[in-house]
Amino acid sequence: MNSTLNALRAGLSRGWIEFTLSFRSAQELFGYLYMPLLFLGMAIAFNSTGMADDEGHPIGAVVLSGGAAFFLVMLGVTTVLQVLANEREDGTLLRAKAVPRGLLGYTVGKSVHVAAMSVTAMALMVVPGLLFVDGFGFERWTDALILLWVCVLGMLALAPIGAIIGSFITNPRMGVTLAVLPTILIVMASGLMFPFEFMPDWVQVVGQILPVYWLGLGIRAAMLPDSYAALELAGSWQLPQVAGVLAVWALVGLVAAQWVLRRMARRESGSRVQAAREEAMKRA
Amino acid sequence: MTNQAPTGRPRVSPAASGRPTETVLRASGLRMNYGSTEVLKGVDLTARRGEVIALLGPNGAGKTTTIEILEGFRRRSAGDVEVLGSDPEHGDEEWRSRLGVVLQSWRDHAAWRARDLLHHFGRFYAPHSRPGRVRPHDTDELLALVGLTEQAGQRVKTLSGGQRRRLDVAIGVVGRPEVLFLDEPTAGFDPKARRDFHDLVFRLADEEDTTILLTTHDLDEAEKLADRILLLAGGAIVADGSADQLAGLVARDSEVVWTADGTRHVHSTDNPARHVAELYAVHGDGITDLKITRPSLEDVYMAMVQRHERGDAESAAAHFGENR
Repeated sequence: MNSTLNALRAGLSRGWIEFTLSFRSAQELFGYLYMPLLFLGMAIAFNSTGMADDEGHPIGAVVLSGGAAFFLVMLGVTTVLQVLANEREDGTLLRAKAVPRGLLGYTVGKSVHVAAMSVTAMALMVVPGLLFVDGFGFERWTDALILLWVCVLGMLALAPIGAIIGSFITNPRMGVTLAVLPTILIVMASGLMFPFEFMPDWVQVVGQILPVYWLGLGIRAAMLPDSYAALELAGSWQLPQVAGVLAVWALVGLVAAQWVLRRMARRESGSRVQAAREEAMKRA
Repeated sequence: MTNQAPTGRPRVSPAASGRPTETVLRASGLRMNYGSTEVLKGVDLTARRGEVIALLGPNGAGKTTTIEILEGFRRRSAGDVEVLGSDPEHGDEEWRSRLGVVLQSWRDHAAWRARDLLHHFGRFYAPHSRPGRVRPHDTDELLALVGLTEQAGQRVKTLSGGQRRRLDVAIGVVGRPEVLFLDEPTAGFDPKARRDFHDLVFRLADEEDTTILLTTHDLDEAEKLADRILLLAGGAIVADGSADQLAGLVARDSEVVWTADGTRHVHSTDNPARHVAELYAVHGDGITDLKITRPSLEDVYMAMVQRHERGDAESAAAHFGENR
């Protein structure tokens, strides 16, 4: 039996078990799903008041597609970094390290868990959105494919960033708090909540280097009517650029994350976990 | 300590049963510095297949550091180390599959069911199964072995401290390791859990030929479990031998206590057997409540640690070397 393939399979079932366990903890489930539900509620509320922008585009659909991108950013960056920092502290990672190919199984399991959770949350926003939010939907079937590849590529670009930050956090609670704020600032500066063109020029430049703007643009391309494209910076959906920028981030991120994670995992040991435990007890 | 003779555990040595006494664990001149602090100053140790070794020593002596270097979880500063024929720093996954590490659980995998968790970690060992050493253990058999059958469906966070430690042990041995590392395995065990754990260690060593290296602060436990006791003090092994051999290290007399004609007597002697014979010759059946207390492992431990703290650990080690 090939040990790599075997660890992949063990990782898949690990991810599935963790995914199902998420539904048993009300607190964990709320943590994952309050944002999708919040944005869905906002979109439906805007929709029912018939609020629209100056050119007559209903804004409920814009809010919902921005919310979907916002959620993926929070899941990919802050949830991943939080889980990694916590599981380093509590010894989950060390257990994985102690079994042959355990870190591969752990990584696969984590990826499956995050992917399954993002599909669940996206479905929670997209399906009711299709039904109840005007202007939110697929104009043609290829739009559904666009949503799929944008989300997959987006998560591949974001999760390594979360993993890298998570590797450097020594105090999970403190670190997560510190990491959430810049993430939200970047989301704000990337045109997910407010039109990008309102931002100062330098913010627009920074925004277009980071992956978040392109993720949002890709999701709008999939979910909003083509007429909305005129509101974008280039006046079009710029799908090749979306794919290009996200792919570069994903590639660079995956290579860098592998290196950083290996370095971090090498340093895990029983006494390090024990020390973290004593630290945590002191804080508690 | 009690008046129990420190006999260790009764078992056939590998040599006596005709099996080769293969060395599976070896360190020489092992050094470890943290910054400018020298924790290990040249540790030498070996372990043969199927041997149970207890590593004793005061807090901060470097027991955990030593174990973590052998596990491949920590990089040493200097020295040669070989575990199952590989340098732990460069051990591959095949090598990893032959080791067992018992970790202290805290709150990891809290929502998992005990059986699912054990089964999950067992799966990683399946490609490393060999004729004569089927990996992993059957999950339910192993749960029964550590006494967790009734808790199989329970979530890890609902297990008691002792149950959780037994699950840790089960996870550590699920791959049928050839070498098993246990860092303070019985901390927080009640007497029953401790006894069960000792039985498990005997089974692993005798039936599976597992080499076991454990650290403990419980000297009784070391005496009961270990074929050989290593005393780590001041960054070096200052004593290495069976509990009996170690007892011979400190010049301390046995204590004979008896009651004759209603009076309690205490006498220190280096030859308790002769003293008892003489007592019987004088008092005959008038002697009651006879008790002989040999120098205990605790006496040895205290003496060795004190000797080290006075700074002549090296001469202590050298002295023992001559006696061996």
